[in-house]
Amino acid sequence: MTDMPLKQSRKTSGGVDHLIYVLRANPVTLIAFGMFALIVLSAIFGPALVPYDPLETNASNALQAPSWDHWFGTDNVGRDVFSRVIVATRLDLSMSLAAVALSFVVGSVLGSIAGYWGGWLDIVLNRILDTIMAFPLFVLAMGIVAALGNTIENIIYATAVINVPFYARLVRAEVNIRREAGFAQAAKLSGNSDIRVLAMHIFPNALPPMMVQVSLNLGWAILNAAGLSFIGLGVRPPTAEWGIMVAEGANFIVSGEWWMAVFPGLWLMIAVFTFNLLGDGLRDIVDPRKRT
Amino acid sequence: MSSGSIASLMFALWPRAKTLSSPAYPRLRAIALRVAQSIPVVIGVVLISFLLTRALPGDPAAYFAGAAADEASIAEVRTALGLDKPLIQQFFIYVGDLLEGDLGRSLSSGQAVAQDLAKRLPASLELTLTALILSCAIAIPLGILAATRPGSWVDHLCRVVVTAGVSLPTFFTGIVLIYVFYYLLGIAPAPLGRLDFIYLDPDHVTGFYLIDAALMGDWETWSGAAKQLVMPAITLALFTLAPIARMTRASMLTALSSDFIRTARAAGLSNGKVLYGYAFRNALLPVVTTLGMVFSFALGANVLVEKVFAWPGIGSYAVEALVVSDYAAVQGFVLAMALLFVVLNLVIDLLYTAIDPRIGFSSK
Amino acid sequence: MLSVKDLAVSFQTRRGAVDAVRGISFDLEKGEILGIVGESGSGKSVTSYALMRILDAGGRIKAGKATYSGIDLRRAAERDMRDIRGREISMIFQNPRAALNPIRKVGHQIEDVLREHARATRQDARAKAIAALRAVRINDAEARYDAYPFELSGGMCQRIVCAIALACDPRLLIADEPTTGLDITTQKAVMDLVRDLIRERGMSSLLITHDLGLAAQYCDRIMVMKDGLIVEQGDPVQIFSDPQHGYTRKLVDATPRIGESIRSLLPPADRKAELPHQVLDTPLVEVRNLTKTYRGKSGPVQAVKGISFTIKQGQSVGLVGESGCGKSTTSEILVRLMDATSGDILFEGENIAAIPAKGFARNPRRAQIQMVFQDATDSLNPRHTARQTIVEPLRRLGGLRGAKLGARVEELAVLVGLPLPLLDRFPHQLSGGQKARVGVARAVALEPKFLILDEPTAALDVSIQAVVLNLLVDLRAKLGMTYLFVSHDLHVVRLLCDHVIVMKDGEIVEQGHARDVMANPQNEYTKTLLAAAPTPPARRQVA
Repeated sequence: MTDMPLKQSRKTSGGVDHLIYVLRANPVTLIAFGMFALIVLSAIFGPALVPYDPLETNASNALQAPSWDHWFGTDNVGRDVFSRVIVATRLDLSMSLAAVALSFVVGSVLGSIAGYWGGWLDIVLNRILDTIMAFPLFVLAMGIVAALGNTIENIIYATAVINVPFYARLVRAEVNIRREAGFAQAAKLSGNSDIRVLAMHIFPNALPPMMVQVSLNLGWAILNAAGLSFIGLGVRPPTAEWGIMVAEGANFIVSGEWWMAVFPGLWLMIAVFTFNLLGDGLRDIVDPRKRT
Repeated sequence: MSSGSIASLMFALWPRAKTLSSPAYPRLRAIALRVAQSIPVVIGVVLISFLLTRALPGDPAAYFAGAAADEASIAEVRTALGLDKPLIQQFFIYVGDLLEGDLGRSLSSGQAVAQDLAKRLPASLELTLTALILSCAIAIPLGILAATRPGSWVDHLCRVVVTAGVSLPTFFTGIVLIYVFYYLLGIAPAPLGRLDFIYLDPDHVTGFYLIDAALMGDWETWSGAAKQLVMPAITLALFTLAPIARMTRASMLTALSSDFIRTARAAGLSNGKVLYGYAFRNALLPVVTTLGMVFSFALGANVLVEKVFAWPGIGSYAVEALVVSDYAAVQGFVLAMALLFVVLNLVIDLLYTAIDPRIGFSSK
Repeated sequence: MLSVKDLAVSFQTRRGAVDAVRGISFDLEKGEILGIVGESGSGKSVTSYALMRILDAGGRIKAGKATYSGIDLRRAAERDMRDIRGREISMIFQNPRAALNPIRKVGHQIEDVLREHARATRQDARAKAIAALRAVRINDAEARYDAYPFELSGGMCQRIVCAIALACDPRLLIADEPTTGLDITTQKAVMDLVRDLIRERGMSSLLITHDLGLAAQYCDRIMVMKDGLIVEQGDPVQIFSDPQHGYTRKLVDATPRIGESIRSLLPPADRKAELPHQVLDTPLVEVRNLTKTYRGKSGPVQAVKGISFTIKQGQSVGLVGESGCGKSTTSEILVRLMDATSGDILFEGENIAAIPAKGFARNPRRAQIQMVFQDATDSLNPRHTARQTIVEPLRRLGGLRGAKLGARVEELAVLVGLPLPLLDRFPHQLSGGQKARVGVARAVALEPKFLILDEPTAALDVSIQAVVLNLLVDLRAKLGMTYLFVSHDLHVVRLLCDHVIVMKDGEIVEQGHARDVMANPQNEYTKTLLAAAPTPPARRQVA
């Protein structure tokens, strides 16, 4: 290889050093971690802390602009937009978490099997994934929710289905490049069965890129779920959910009542932005060369 | 990646494919193979959309008959759709109908779904293609600039745009644009469709208003249509900008750090030649591959944008159908979108074949 | 012609500036071939990039002066440098396939250079490009003009790289590890060609290599670099017969040569008497008509075509051949990671070829047949510490637990010379030599009867190779192991092995006593292989 002292110095640094270096060199990632904590906290404690009941209507107080009493204003039936936005965090976050967890597990198992053993299993899996990917994914999710029925669970299933190909392909590729790696072969020589080699030696090495994918995907899953409820699928009014709140607010935007749509939309955007920043940050930590 | 495994499958199942065609035209063979590969995908797509129509919980006939139907009309729909027959037979009936272009009848419009879709498709295509051209025109130069000046302000700008771009919910961007440019500034037209009612629709040639109006020489209508198109196209472009810029930057960086770039520089080639003749040509390959994914996002986001801007395309048609539980229309829409996407992917792959000489030879 | 004075290059990294080259001075005469030799990290390649001013991002010339024919290369405008590159000074690189634009016809790549330097017009570019191809002795140059790099072999790609470099008749050629990654016979062909072209055209050349033997054979003068400094320079015979600097001495010693023993690879202070190993007459492994056929995209590929050989107990057998000869396939089948298509492998009389590789992990024979892998980095799980790596076979196959296990791991670490504190480090915190020791410790943990060594030193610097080879010799004697040593390097095989098997295209072309085969090869191919290996001058007479 070329003699590059700088490559060596990179290699010899420890993982913690690297983490500190990345966080210091890239304060944005630090901010993302902070925002992530905030989002998780408001998902857990939000409903207990908000000033108003998110479902309580008050016709005399409808369509108020933001003020000290109502930070984000009130909607057309007098509900407090701030309370609704905060309360909605839990629903949006849990929908996307459930969907991503589901597709992570299913994708990992399928991808590992296909990547390690190859053969007809691989061909069949690829065929199925190709068929899923042959649909514009959001459109497929629409079709699935429309077919299975208009419920929150079905939004989760639909989001999981359209996410599975990403995980399965990623795991398949990561497992496949390590299948013939020296350490996998050496593990076999040390008396590990194929399944043990896969589960204990190869799969753990595929985890770091998977975590990056999880983080990026969470943002995408939130967008998808919110998009589906924006067009009237899944969540039903009066439940507080960001997508549906934007949809309700959209009717008032042309008459100038911007706060109904803008605040939930902004919150949604911040949440997705946080996950994307987090994913980029994790990518830096996992593999500095892949920074894009 | 997947196409590689498909190729190996085709070789495995079809060993004569190689000897049948002349070895002198490996690229032609690769193209033929790629076209042939679309067939199983189309079959898969049809199968899934069939299953989606039949997987409805409860009685599919009740769904297809609509909310207001009585017992008699449900029974009528059941026989009409062949729902009383075994599933396999239903599938073949479904495929037979498809081949005749029959996607069922829409409950809300009373028209054949295929006809409705065909009428509205140009509107969607005009919007999506405009947005994609716009985003490519911005994203590719941005990505190149960022890659050639890593760490500079362009690079940081690129990174912010990329991360913010994928984080923007399209429906939200659209609403904000409407609020700012229509309500506050008043420079944009009302977000209501493709053409203000003061204009007449141009004669139908392609269905693309910009092209049709230009063909008629009616520049007033043309600018009217263009004005309506600007905001939804920007909304959609903002969303698709990110993946293209990101991929351009990444693949350009990879290409620039390759050994062959060093060879080119050591041979004294000019910067322009190294950057565009060598690096960019190579970097284009992964970008073209990404376009497939971008199309998928764009077609999905298209639905949301059409709803926000009351754009009379197939996306808003599907959303309207969803509201009134018009299932034949929704499923027809899903299938049409999937077939459209299959065709777009095919075009992308053929484009790839045209620029990568390695296609058609065993990959090393 | 080229004069370098106190040249220093530094790279900006996140840990501050790293000095890759720390003030070197040398002159290159007209018509001279100067070799720059050093191990990885010595700054030899960086020096050449600095001269061409094509350093990677973050690198810059910190101090010093480089003058080429009166032009100050450090201060020249970028426009002038572009003019110099390719026309006055050219460069060829390692890994030739990657050094060519993968999606551009090679003929066009040559034309680009010709056109850039105004050596050709649109009309005559094609003819001149073909002439450039002919100049590097490419047969059928017209057909090759339209080829893409992926359609050509590695050696052919290197010729194309040469054609690009020489198209504009430069007066100085910098060759940066031009044969790394090429087979030994290809290496000879490429090096002979480069030397002939340089001599014919009266050019000067800088040959950058890690291989002291190669430099000695092709260069008029050699400079040895270490840690960014030139430690010694002189003509090849002098360097070999009377090295002045301690580092040069170490390098010279570590370079395998004819007539030397394995201990002489080490610095004199470390040379202990070689422990004898005992070869019994009873066979340990008998291979009978072994074949392996892969399913390729264009029909079946026969990688191993019915080979037979016997390895006696305690014997060390070398399996030699170039890439694609089937030696790696054979070793993978023998170690039972892969199933043969047909044939028998009798291990102490039992046919282990009949046991599927899939289930061999649970076979009691598993502990007796082990392997040391080619790339130590690749063979260690990045998420396991050295200790966890060595523990693995002991726990899973040896059934050791608790205190006994810990004690055995430390015993093994001592045996392979791995300092105990390093046991809790991860692979990326270990040096190449240390990683190799961990790999060896794992392989010998259960004291296997039969150890397969798959090019265990291919990725290591020569000085580390010397240490690892000697470690293997010691272990062989201590543990009474039988070795199958797979390698492309006949010189190394000769040092370690009693018996040698030469493979080509899946067949055994020659086998016999190592010394006999080396001294008096019967097969044409063996002769070619031997002739292709660089032959450094003999050692100095005084020991």
